[in-house]
Amino acid sequence: MAKPAGTPPPEPEFVQLLTPDGERVEHPDYRVDFTDDEYRSLYHDLVVVRRLDAEATALQRQGELGIWASLLGQEAAQVGSGRAMRPQDMAFPTYREHGVLYCRGIDPIMPLGLFRGVDQGGWDPIEMKFAMYTIVIGAQTLHATGYAMGIAMDGKVGTEDGEAVIAYFGDGASSQGDVNEAFVWSSVFHAPVVFFCQNNQYAISEPLERQTRVPLYQRAHGFGFPGVRVDGNDVLASYAVTRAALDQARVGQGPTLIEAYTYRMGAHTTSDDPTRYRIASEVEAWQAKDPILRVRRFLEQQGLADQSFFGEVDEQARVEAVKLRERVLELPDPAPVTMFDHVFPNGSPEIDEEREQFTAYLSSFAGEVH
Amino acid sequence: METVTIGKALNLGLRRALEDDPKVILMGEDIGRLGGVFRITDGLQKDFGDDRVIDTPLAESGIVGTAVGLCLRGYRPVLEIQFDGFVYPAYDQIVSQVAKMHYRSRGQVRVPIVIRIPYGGGIGAVEHHSESPEAYFAHTAGLKVVTCASPDDAYWMIQQAIASDDPIIFFEPKRRYWEKGPVDTDTEPYPLHAARVARPGTDATVVAYGPMVRTALDAATAAAEEGRELEVIDLRSISPLDMAPVYESVRKTGRLVVVHEAPSNVGVGAEIAARVTEQCFYSLEAPVLRVCGFNVPYPAARVEEDFLPDLDRVLDAVDRSFGW
Repeated sequence: MAKPAGTPPPEPEFVQLLTPDGERVEHPDYRVDFTDDEYRSLYHDLVVVRRLDAEATALQRQGELGIWASLLGQEAAQVGSGRAMRPQDMAFPTYREHGVLYCRGIDPIMPLGLFRGVDQGGWDPIEMKFAMYTIVIGAQTLHATGYAMGIAMDGKVGTEDGEAVIAYFGDGASSQGDVNEAFVWSSVFHAPVVFFCQNNQYAISEPLERQTRVPLYQRAHGFGFPGVRVDGNDVLASYAVTRAALDQARVGQGPTLIEAYTYRMGAHTTSDDPTRYRIASEVEAWQAKDPILRVRRFLEQQGLADQSFFGEVDEQARVEAVKLRERVLELPDPAPVTMFDHVFPNGSPEIDEEREQFTAYLSSFAGEVH
Repeated sequence: METVTIGKALNLGLRRALEDDPKVILMGEDIGRLGGVFRITDGLQKDFGDDRVIDTPLAESGIVGTAVGLCLRGYRPVLEIQFDGFVYPAYDQIVSQVAKMHYRSRGQVRVPIVIRIPYGGGIGAVEHHSESPEAYFAHTAGLKVVTCASPDDAYWMIQQAIASDDPIIFFEPKRRYWEKGPVDTDTEPYPLHAARVARPGTDATVVAYGPMVRTALDAATAAAEEGRELEVIDLRSISPLDMAPVYESVRKTGRLVVVHEAPSNVGVGAEIAARVTEQCFYSLEAPVLRVCGFNVPYPAARVEEDFLPDLDRVLDAVDRSFGW
């Protein structure tokens, strides 16, 4: 098969407010106005989210989780966009949005229950304004669009305290029919939804070039709404661009596609082996653009934080990770008979019968020693 | 009591559902100004507005996927898939999302979606317009599947399906849309997931649903002229199956013929045969026989009458049962 001609693409144009060296740069369209405390708390979230992620990877390696989808490298895109949401906004995640989940105030144990295999995600999506993790690639973008249509039907769009939706997906999902249908629907219904694409350069092993020949954010134009590319390793820019898009959506300006240009530093999941499809020098090049290191440099350069602060954050992250580990190990396996629960809101006589038969079968072993 | 067609009864049922609950919305292709290609939603957009009767982009996965999001927002979407053979682009959303959302969330998310699908053949249509895909959905845990065979059931069952919090695939017998019958709009409706004896009899049992109920009833009339009394059971609910009336009938008659348009392989008839064999083994005088569509893709319209079960094939199966 013919490969696209030409040399490797140069560094793409994107919205950036904080360089890899920690230098604050201005952008004509996007700005942030954080207090010193807020800058420090952004750093805190980035560090904690990475630490919890590392703990989950370790737990998988020790056999305590079935699988883990690490967010390593994508902390800024997730913390930036997650904190850009207002309380009334709703998020529709993939299975990798642990950082957004954390910013949403959801107990970080929740996704670990899913990946341990004791449940399929335990939080209340309506109450937490954070939908269930969606494993089928791209399916959630349609759910987000429908939810956003509902916001409009409820008359909750058009004012500054209106509601908006953010739909997460990745570069691989951009090829899915559902994602393209979501673009069409949100456009023609003018739905208050922001499509937040974390372009982490790989869909498992397949590089971006196998999904698209145009920059992903440019696709929005063909659907009739704006697209913008942001440095996804820049938490400030990720925040600013997402906040602006959500605020535009809530006042009735319709959808926006954000392409957060980032890199999946780890494997697709713990079952993956990225050394088979990418070279070490590429990973090293992205290491130099690390999303956390640049915030630390910024805080240092601006005199907003000192060694004791960084040590304190590391210690907080460590304590959270230890707590998380302890709680994961204590997660009980569900009783087998619970597999029959919640198939239908109204139940089903067929399932009731199967449950009874299975219960009787199990009880036939009563008293036996295994 | 008024006499209307099945199509009109569905229209009246949808109208009443829209009146009864402001969260009920209709979505589909051409259902608004046109009233749907079969006119089932005729006049509803005019009376309820285009934000409750919504003409959608031509994208079936989008219809179902956005409906999931609308459910999270408290709406009760009633979706029209224009023809049976066009539901497959939405199959992933139906099977992986609609059917599993309540289970996945351990009961915290409800998706009270009704997916209306005109199904079955006999209308002389081109490919993809005559299929009977009910087994695909009945096989999926988390979906309920029903089908109506009379105007009265059409009127009530669509309202019951909409009022239910379970996701329901609602199959409409498209070639029977124009058949008339009485509708009692004041009665207490029959339970949605219950089978019903459509014609009592003593000699053999014929189980059918949707468009084949009429065929089975016609066969029973013809059989009666020859002195055989067939008991016809209208399943109404394909998932869950209400087997009690079937078992009761088979224990009485000892013979069972199952009729559906869908191909026989791994179909609803096979499931019924298995269950009857388990539950009525000593009552059976003959094996359970199936009269179904053949195991070929739906054929060209000029031969569909040979593909579809008809009165003669049902009677032939009854004869074979007696000849065992």
